Amino acid sequence: MLVRLRAQRQYYLLRGLARSWRLASVRDRTGQIRGRDILVFVTLRNERPRLPWFLDYYRRLGARHFLIVDNASTDGSREYLAGQPDVSLWTTADSYRTARFGMDWMNHLLRLYGSGHWCLTVDPDEFLVYPHCDSRPLPALTDWLDASGRRSFPSMLLDMYPRGAIDDQPCREGQNPFEVAPWFDPANYAIRKNRFYRNLWIQGGPRARVFFADDPQGAPALNKIPLVRWQPRYAYVSSTHMLLPRSLNVVYDENGGEMASGVLLHAKFLPGLAEKSREELARRQHYADSQEYRAYHQGVQNRIELWCEQSQRFSGWQQLERLGLISRGNWA
Amino acid sequence: MNRPAAGEFALAPVAVPGLASVTGGGAAPVSGARVGIVMLCHDNLDLAARMARLWTDGGAVVAIHVDRSAPAGDVAQMQQVLAGLPVVFTRRRTCNWGTFSLVAATLDAAASLLARWPDVSHVMLVSGACLPLRPVAELQHFLSSHPGTDFIESVSVVDVGWTVGGLNEERFTLRFPFAYRRHRKLFDRWVRLQRRLGITRTPPLGVAPHIGSQWWCLTRRTLQAILDDPRRREFDRYFRQVWIPDESYFQTLVRRHSARIESRSLTLAKFDGQGKPYIFYDDHLGLLERSRVFVARKIWPGASALYASFPRPAGHLAEPDSERVEAVLDRAAARHRRGRAGLYMQSRFPRKDAEGRKTSQPYVVLHGVGDLFLDLPQAASAAIGGVVHGHILARNEVEFAAAAPVGPGALSSNSGLRDIDPRGFLSALIRSSPALPAFLHSPRDRQHLNWFMVTDPNARLLVVTGAWMVPLLRSEMPFDDTRRMAAILHRSERRFLDALDSVWVKARVRRWTLDEALARPDEIWEAVCSTLRPDDPPPDAVLPALHDHSGLGRLIRRLRNAGLKPH
Repeated sequence: MLVRLRAQRQYYLLRGLARSWRLASVRDRTGQIRGRDILVFVTLRNERPRLPWFLDYYRRLGARHFLIVDNASTDGSREYLAGQPDVSLWTTADSYRTARFGMDWMNHLLRLYGSGHWCLTVDPDEFLVYPHCDSRPLPALTDWLDASGRRSFPSMLLDMYPRGAIDDQPCREGQNPFEVAPWFDPANYAIRKNRFYRNLWIQGGPRARVFFADDPQGAPALNKIPLVRWQPRYAYVSSTHMLLPRSLNVVYDENGGEMASGVLLHAKFLPGLAEKSREELARRQHYADSQEYRAYHQGVQNRIELWCEQSQRFSGWQQLERLGLISRGNWA
Repeated sequence: MNRPAAGEFALAPVAVPGLASVTGGGAAPVSGARVGIVMLCHDNLDLAARMARLWTDGGAVVAIHVDRSAPAGDVAQMQQVLAGLPVVFTRRRTCNWGTFSLVAATLDAAASLLARWPDVSHVMLVSGACLPLRPVAELQHFLSSHPGTDFIESVSVVDVGWTVGGLNEERFTLRFPFAYRRHRKLFDRWVRLQRRLGITRTPPLGVAPHIGSQWWCLTRRTLQAILDDPRRREFDRYFRQVWIPDESYFQTLVRRHSARIESRSLTLAKFDGQGKPYIFYDDHLGLLERSRVFVARKIWPGASALYASFPRPAGHLAEPDSERVEAVLDRAAARHRRGRAGLYMQSRFPRKDAEGRKTSQPYVVLHGVGDLFLDLPQAASAAIGGVVHGHILARNEVEFAAAAPVGPGALSSNSGLRDIDPRGFLSALIRSSPALPAFLHSPRDRQHLNWFMVTDPNARLLVVTGAWMVPLLRSEMPFDDTRRMAAILHRSERRFLDALDSVWVKARVRRWTLDEALARPDEIWEAVCSTLRPDDPPPDAVLPALHDHSGLGRLIRRLRNAGLKPH
């Protein structure tokens, strides 16, 4: 078993290495990275309108450098990012799918530049919210995690949605997406333990409720471990859902206590999803044959509403903690 | 080494813009007390130097011990920054957590502090990460208003259990030659071995082990007495083998020499459940200010608002009162240790029977009662004004109250989604509901939560056994099918009753047989109403109509004759 896990980890690391030569550097500013900087790793494609707010959000939290792989954007994302002072950019026209949905690229960059740093691996529509995030920057969190002897920090995906049909309200460039989509499901999450990787497997939320009613088992996983104090031997296995070595996945308490955790607010259900899902359907580059996008496409066409009577409007981390979605653990 | 000219310290504190408050805000200098600070530093020397400056600016003198493993460049810079101030640096030792080296460093520094400044009346031990919250003048005033008092937390080990889990008295009766942090396994094994062999040692004569916060403030007289104790070599030799002597050396020996002990620390330094000190941030500003504590530990180096606002005068007479801060910290520790009852989430996923309490609030399970009365959820919620769900564990669909497609907490009525994690489903439903949620249950439903509910002290179970036969009367199925169905349901209920008959029952259970229920339906109804509204049961709730149960006797007879035993 342990041999198998080790072999698997090495396999992922090698895959990252093998795919790395297809990454072409556009702008390499990694020389700016200093000893204890917090780094953000991103893979993206055609996200130009969302980028300003995304970068600003993480800069405000205290991230110091962005390492971004652009998967052949055609909307000017690359040019925009190349002009940012704290972004190192790579580009590739390689298949997102054969790169294990971008994770090979991420593992490679993490190994090369992330070792010894706290690294946040997110998508451009994921925004980290953690306990005290309104008063304490990310370095406060990572210092505390260091002092507590923790190497990884869990933040499940929290799907956010608007009231009314997804396409009703526009989201301008640079606008906070959660002004348009401030609603979420407070307690609709099913959790199982994956005995092999020891991570928790969380499904639920509006996607399971609305799009996956016929196939609940197929609903997308919401558990994520995006913030890790990286070491060269670490590797993400599947998206940022789980890692190897698997001790990094044990981010929960099994004796009845609570460990600290956050969420990634997921700004997916916004206008533009229709276009995006149409394109992704044509490219067929996503997980499970882009089944998910087929459902979204149909949903948008039928003007499906994710909002329900029980939806809650996001008001801050305190609310999320009260609802039991995140916990401060003993970070008083 | 920095050697200030004699008398330099006697000058009035340098007035630094923005630090006016530090010098006492114009209050008259207090006669009698002069504070000397012993400061232990190991990293972040920049910050430690700033703190040392705060102390000297306030009129205190400082003896600094820097861990030998700190980089030489940083130390030199620190010495340069503090040159010309009443600061003395003492011989550097390598300090390991939990060992005597910290005590030795403290003793060295205290000795040189007392020798160099004969007018120092009190010595306070701080670390480089301790922030003075109140001006030195206020501290001196406080100390001189408690003349001859030693402020040191000192708790008898024999009489009071101190530490959480494991070593308490054994700190003093075993030997600890291995560093806990570096050789954890060896440390543990050595402890186990000594326990097994029954090797213990006794403290030196006249030493009663006491323990307490390592941050103290002692009078010159007491400290000098500890330093000059004729038996000091013997004590030092003993404490060299005690675990975490910095929490016990002074705390124990002070009992030999002190005239008056005030067993509390002037430094706010609480430990979380994992044995590391709590860290304070900018958002704690109000809390720290109101606490009126003299020194706080630890402060996050990036908490610029805290560093900018303290020290801040709280009034000469203000007594420290850290209760509110400690309450906040205790709450966090409790959350870390016990968590919130009935919460299953990404960072709390208790294994079976480690949940503490399984659910967050009391709830009512009506087993079989729904088969007795016509549209019970509707009737009950009309009578009591609360929400009563249907069969939320039904096989095909989650029957929320009023057939809502989405239940409390946005739970889906999709049974497949529920069956992924039934425990999480039920506890989320209970957590998201207003007080005392209730739902129907029967042998026809999924049964995976039987043991969970039966062993949950929050569950109120009202059970009518055999009620599953009533719907069969109306089924109009051929008898063979009815018989097969009855066999399945009977077996299913039997398993539920096995759980109810076990010794592990924690739920409150009331049970009736179908015969009893049909004979006295008003009793069942009254039990339902008083369970759902325990405070003030509605006095005149109209008994809802019963399902038609004519022919029940005949059905039971036929089932019995067909080889079943439905009762």
